[in-house]
Amino acid sequence: MDSTILARWQFAIVTIYHFFYVPLTLGISIFVAIVETKYVKTGDEMYKKMAKFWGKIFLINFAIGVVTGIVQEFQFGMNWSEYSRFMGDIFGAPLAIEALLAFYMESTFIGLWVFGWGKLTKKQHLTSAWLVALGSNLSAIWILIANSFMQHPVGYTINPETGRVVMSNFAALVFNPNVLLQFPHVFTSGMSLAGFVVMAFSAWHLLRKHEVKFFLTSFRMAAMYALIGSVLVATIGHFQGQFLIEHQPLKMASAEALWETEQPAPLSMFVIVDEKNKTNIVDLGVPYMLSFLSYNNFTGEVEGINDLVAQAEAEYGPGDYLPPVTLNYWSFRTMVGAGSLMVLIALLGVYWGKKDNLVDKTLFLKATVYSVILPYLAVSTGWLLAETGRWPWIVFGLQKVEDAISPNVPAWNVAFSLILMLVIYTVFTIVAYKLAIKYGTGEIDQATH
Amino acid sequence: MDLNTIWFILVTILFIGFFLLEGFDYGVGILMPFLSKDDNERRAVINTIGPHWDGNEVWMITAGGALFAAFPHVYATLFSGFYLALVLMLAALILRGLAFEYRSLRDDPVWRERWDWAIFGGSLVPALLWGVTVGNLMRGFAIDADMNYWGGLFPLLNIYSLLGGLVFVTLFAAHGANFLGLKLEGDLAERAKKFGFQAWIAATVLAVLFLIWTFFATDIMAQGFIFALLAAVALLAAGWYAKQGNDKLAFVMTSLTVVFTTIMVFAGLFPRILISSLDPAFTLNIYNASASPYALNVMTIVAAIFVPILLIYQIWAYKVFNGRIKADPEELIY
Ligand code: HDD
Ligand code: HEM
Ligand code: HEM
Repeated sequence: MDSTILARWQFAIVTIYHFFYVPLTLGISIFVAIVETKYVKTGDEMYKKMAKFWGKIFLINFAIGVVTGIVQEFQFGMNWSEYSRFMGDIFGAPLAIEALLAFYMESTFIGLWVFGWGKLTKKQHLTSAWLVALGSNLSAIWILIANSFMQHPVGYTINPETGRVVMSNFAALVFNPNVLLQFPHVFTSGMSLAGFVVMAFSAWHLLRKHEVKFFLTSFRMAAMYALIGSVLVATIGHFQGQFLIEHQPLKMASAEALWETEQPAPLSMFVIVDEKNKTNIVDLGVPYMLSFLSYNNFTGEVEGINDLVAQAEAEYGPGDYLPPVTLNYWSFRTMVGAGSLMVLIALLGVYWGKKDNLVDKTLFLKATVYSVILPYLAVSTGWLLAETGRWPWIVFGLQKVEDAISPNVPAWNVAFSLILMLVIYTVFTIVAYKLAIKYGTGEIDQATH
Repeated sequence: MDLNTIWFILVTILFIGFFLLEGFDYGVGILMPFLSKDDNERRAVINTIGPHWDGNEVWMITAGGALFAAFPHVYATLFSGFYLALVLMLAALILRGLAFEYRSLRDDPVWRERWDWAIFGGSLVPALLWGVTVGNLMRGFAIDADMNYWGGLFPLLNIYSLLGGLVFVTLFAAHGANFLGLKLEGDLAERAKKFGFQAWIAATVLAVLFLIWTFFATDIMAQGFIFALLAAVALLAAGWYAKQGNDKLAFVMTSLTVVFTTIMVFAGLFPRILISSLDPAFTLNIYNASASPYALNVMTIVAAIFVPILLIYQIWAYKVFNGRIKADPEELIY
């Protein structure tokens, strides 16, 4: 295997793993800060315990988020040195700003939060909680500014001598229209994911009628949090789809497995894709719906993959411009399907959570425990779509994946790191998972000691 | 002074912060298995850096990010060239970071012992590899006309650079012991200081050898000599104060040793960053490796605003946790 394929696998694996932990950090840091705010406002010790209890889950997750993040920071130079040279002007800046602005803040204040009970005043401690949440979410903004450039380049020129990207407008880079959709989508995906995690553990305890007051309160807050997150993430996702139709139509067409241009276009529900013959063997869809979702009218023309590939060849020269259609199609279905179910479950959670007989709704509570898998599926498939749908570009329209790789790193080196990282990440994900289960399903005192 | 020079200085400052803070942090990790007799003592040692290790590590992350932003070619050449070394270092850092957070989450002695090894190895390996890296930076390595280094790991593990690695390990151990001398109590603190003194002896011997070799094998001393001298004086003073039992000044002096050593390296390199041993024309310097003036300008403004702010809250965090730590399970957190 050549080093490009290995490096792609490595990037995909370590990044998806990193993003397993990231959204929980983004969402639960805010949740913990909200709970602690209630404690400071009401003086009710239960909220203090709640902050510590959910804080424990947060910390177990945070630790592995941090260590996988270090790999992220270095791997662009390691595996993608030509990318780093080409993009240094654009990509380095947000990465460095992320560190200066966000990482220092979250890492310093998380130390103060963990070790500061009793050493800080209540207000100082609460401020630390909010600064951790702020730092985490600021870091998301800056890395997504970097990523958004790769999806939708703005604010740059190309140096005619070196052929490299040069930053020409920092404000344009920061206010990239892609960021204005991507960050809210990621932020609210974190909210919904954290809400589902808290709901799942709470439901587990409620099924056993264990510490009912504590976990009922947690459940109610989390259900509302998850509901807001899920509704928003789905709504924003819809606008992202519309944005893509305009700016990366090939990604969207492949997410819909729409081979031929159609007017009006149907929304596909189930297909069996035949990538070789560039067509679908089975195709079930709802007429007019895709046109409607794309343009808010029922008769808009939606361009198909075959036409778009031909256009790309005309614009950029010969080459392989076909994204992985099956993968994108099912990634998109998984994300949207998970998102829809999440809205439903969170809605039921809010509705039934209001009643005092929630503990008797055992079927629903069991379903809630298992539904925690949904947001995890959605975030992973969401990134798969966003990143693989850009094929063959690493930076849309500017640099191809094959030109981005480090020329001087032999394939066996990449194979070695790939296997090592895969083993380490997998082992420690299991460790973290077990710890989270131990504390999340354990006695309150164990976690709040 | 032009922006490229300012960014060279800023990168130097980030590396100073990194080696100064992670230096004692790695040192504590390296010493931990040797000085503590039981679990409570081990926890006390870990708790001295508990609230700080992540904030310290961010100095390294920022140094990496700043290289990427200001000198993207350096980031690309160095990290792709030192690929396997970096992979090992990242693996070590993963183990180490998790160990701090996870070790005390289960009571099981086998579990805790495994994490102890992770803390030890996870501190030793990065300390060694950063020393090796710095050694190679000082002597140069085989960068070609396209700014790529093709030699792989083994040419980097030459005796000169490995000696540099050992200097880092022993110096950080002494620095860490001096930190522990300030943060621990009683018998445990005494043991830390004893180990620290032995590490200091080793560091001094190795550093002298390394400096002499550096003098003959590189041109670093041409601009770095004065800082080498200051580092040497600080190192000697560190030993003297440690012998006197003056914990505070001993720590200040190992801190200064680290600071001056780092300045020596960067001053000696300036305006070069990565020296090519093949041809001076292939060397990466602050001009041919840099980002565009516009990007440097933006980054300068950002750094001017945020570096002072982060310094304030990091120093405040050290103030909050000022004071000695008892090996008392009721008060320990990690
Ligand atoms: C949308 C959010 C997001 C995305 C797309 C990424 N990260 Fe991340 N990162 C975070 C959000 C985040 C976070 C929430 O701030 C983390 C995650 C878990 C954590 O505990 O902090 C974090 C931790 C984290 C750390 C450790 C910081 C520390 O020591 O405190 C580094 C160095 C990176 N990340 C770097 C990266 C890079 C180079 C990425 C690009 C591929 C990346 N992250 C993708
Ligand atoms: C944390 C969120 C992210 C996830 C989950 C993610 C996911 C992925 C996945 C799954 C791939 C594999 C694509 C393939 O092999 O074809 C990929 C490729 C890539 N992405 Fe992302 N990505 C994320 C963020 C980023 C960011 C922030 C950047 C940098 C700006 C980035 C840059 C890249 C690069 C360089 C590749 C390699 C090119 C390729 O293999 O196609 N990604 N990403
Ligand atoms: C239910 C309706 C949803 C729709 C219509 C939707 C739509 C989209 C679209 C079109 C993209 C690709 C954006 C791009 O490539 O630029 C995307 C990406 C993504 N989605 Fe969704 N999504 C939905 C639900 C969810 C849910 C529930 C989650 C997680 C809880 C989620 C997490 C993500 C993530 C992490 C990405 C990658 C980052 C990004 O590009 O924004 N999505 N989504």
